[in-house]
Amino acid sequence: MNNYKGVFVYIEQRNHRIQNVGLELLGEGRKLANKLDVPLMACVIGHKIDNEVKVVESYGADFIYKVDHSILETYVNETYTKALSKVINDVLPEIVLVGATTLGRDLAPRVSSRLHTGLTADCTSLDIDENKQLLMTRPAFGGNLMATIICPNHRPQMSTVRPGVMVKPDKNELNQAKIVEIEVPFTETDMNVEVLEEVKEDKSKINIEDANVLISAGRGIGSKENMKQIDRLAELLTGEVSGTRAVVENGWLEKERQVGQTGKTVRPDLYFACGISGAIQHVSGMEDSNLVIAINKNPAAAIFEVSDIGIVGDGSKVIPALIKELENIRK
Amino acid sequence: MKIVVCVKQVPNTANVKIDQQTGTMIREGVESIINPDDLGGLEAALKIKDQNNAEVIAVSMGPLQADKALRECLAMGANRAILLSDRAFAGADTWATSLVLAKAIENIKPDLIIAGRQAIDGDTAQVGPQIAEHLGVPSVAYVNEINLNMDSLIVKRMFEDGYQTIKVKTPCLITVLKEINQPRYMKVQKIYTAFRDGLVEVWDNSKLNIEQENLGLKGSPTRVKKSYTKGVKTAGKVFEVSPKEAVQIIVDKLKESYIL
Repeated sequence: MNNYKGVFVYIEQRNHRIQNVGLELLGEGRKLANKLDVPLMACVIGHKIDNEVKVVESYGADFIYKVDHSILETYVNETYTKALSKVINDVLPEIVLVGATTLGRDLAPRVSSRLHTGLTADCTSLDIDENKQLLMTRPAFGGNLMATIICPNHRPQMSTVRPGVMVKPDKNELNQAKIVEIEVPFTETDMNVEVLEEVKEDKSKINIEDANVLISAGRGIGSKENMKQIDRLAELLTGEVSGTRAVVENGWLEKERQVGQTGKTVRPDLYFACGISGAIQHVSGMEDSNLVIAINKNPAAAIFEVSDIGIVGDGSKVIPALIKELENIRK
Repeated sequence: MKIVVCVKQVPNTANVKIDQQTGTMIREGVESIINPDDLGGLEAALKIKDQNNAEVIAVSMGPLQADKALRECLAMGANRAILLSDRAFAGADTWATSLVLAKAIENIKPDLIIAGRQAIDGDTAQVGPQIAEHLGVPSVAYVNEINLNMDSLIVKRMFEDGYQTIKVKTPCLITVLKEINQPRYMKVQKIYTAFRDGLVEVWDNSKLNIEQENLGLKGSPTRVKKSYTKGVKTAGKVFEVSPKEAVQIIVDKLKESYIL
């Protein structure tokens, strides 16, 4: 166990696009590495990825391990599992962090199984305890309960981490990393899967996780028609529109804009909750927002417990009045 | 064609309550259901069976009470149901759970294994891919469309911003999203037969022969150090005022926070 040293972050790139969560993990990974007094390592896997390696370097890793092979052009679980397992076995880090995306949550389980070590899913907070162990905290039972998990007797300690929870470090072109290329011998038996087609859907252009201001709608908004007011409010506050699961299920909003346990975790500067009751599944996705303002008819609504400013009132009256006032200010 | 479907019995967590003192779930009055993604997996297998004369075997690891979930699988149309139950399995994390399921599946030798993407009580999405790793077969996760094609499958694998169409050789494992289909109802006739005794096979470790040190809590690399309910953020001020006053309060706050 003592042979394992360093904090290692898997940087997810697909079609040469780096997912934000990998960079966020470099920020968190640096904190953990400093507490342990060990280096921060990053790993990029793909084909012709020199540009991606450069970006990672500017976000502050000490070492960057890259695996570059034509077979890795497109993500396939088998080949990526083989590549990442090989790198980890060569490098022997004590901690491995992977973004909890649809790719990370597919890749990390197979890698952890291959290495016969533990993996904690979808963590929202990480820390180091007095024994230099990684403390991995995650929500369970739909966010009703938090559990802190450890991996005492196996290495590396592995965790997937929710996108949007950790803070991306500042970019600095002067950062320098030692770049190490790792060869992975692929054979024909590694290819039992063939990607026939890859389709990108336009929905990615909305990314509520990156918004500084979110105007969020709940069932209490009343109708799809009333969503227009939410849109207008978002426009006036240069924000994005988001909402609860109920609103998405009613067809008033796209799934990509859903906040909460089964949606996205957000923490904008302003979270403006309109007609949201504040079910725990929703609150778990927005409670770290900087400023929360909520409007709800029900004085007992749970959303008020996590709000800085709560307005008990009828959104259909307050919101138009607010729009009018903001239009005046903007003039 | 032989298809194994992995199912988990879960508490219906949509309305779970937590004992604030002990930090544990109040199980009283909480119904048990088949995990929604797994139900999608079963329906996907039954659809293949409808068209291709396949044998569908539902497998679950859990306490003896979990046999209710397996009987529901039979009532929907599964051919066989196997419950993996042993005191020694208790307390398993995803590594140890996937090992038990994989050993059972090795005994069955299916062409295709379907698991739900994730269970609503744990939300890990780990057990499916980990079973595939223990078995050494290819896996594709986040699938929401399956087409059969000789000795391979063509599946649609979803990402946040699009999808891949993937051809994968059998035997393989796929994990499916509940959006893949609308599960059928149980058949009345089959409910009657499914709930008679003796239809769910129970396998314990004497059948699977897994080394004790790899079982249950002992075989689990991870441990729960503590669990707790979240401390709520301290509530701010709540105002019951006219819309006009409300607007003033909001605008003042936005200015104070430099948003305006």
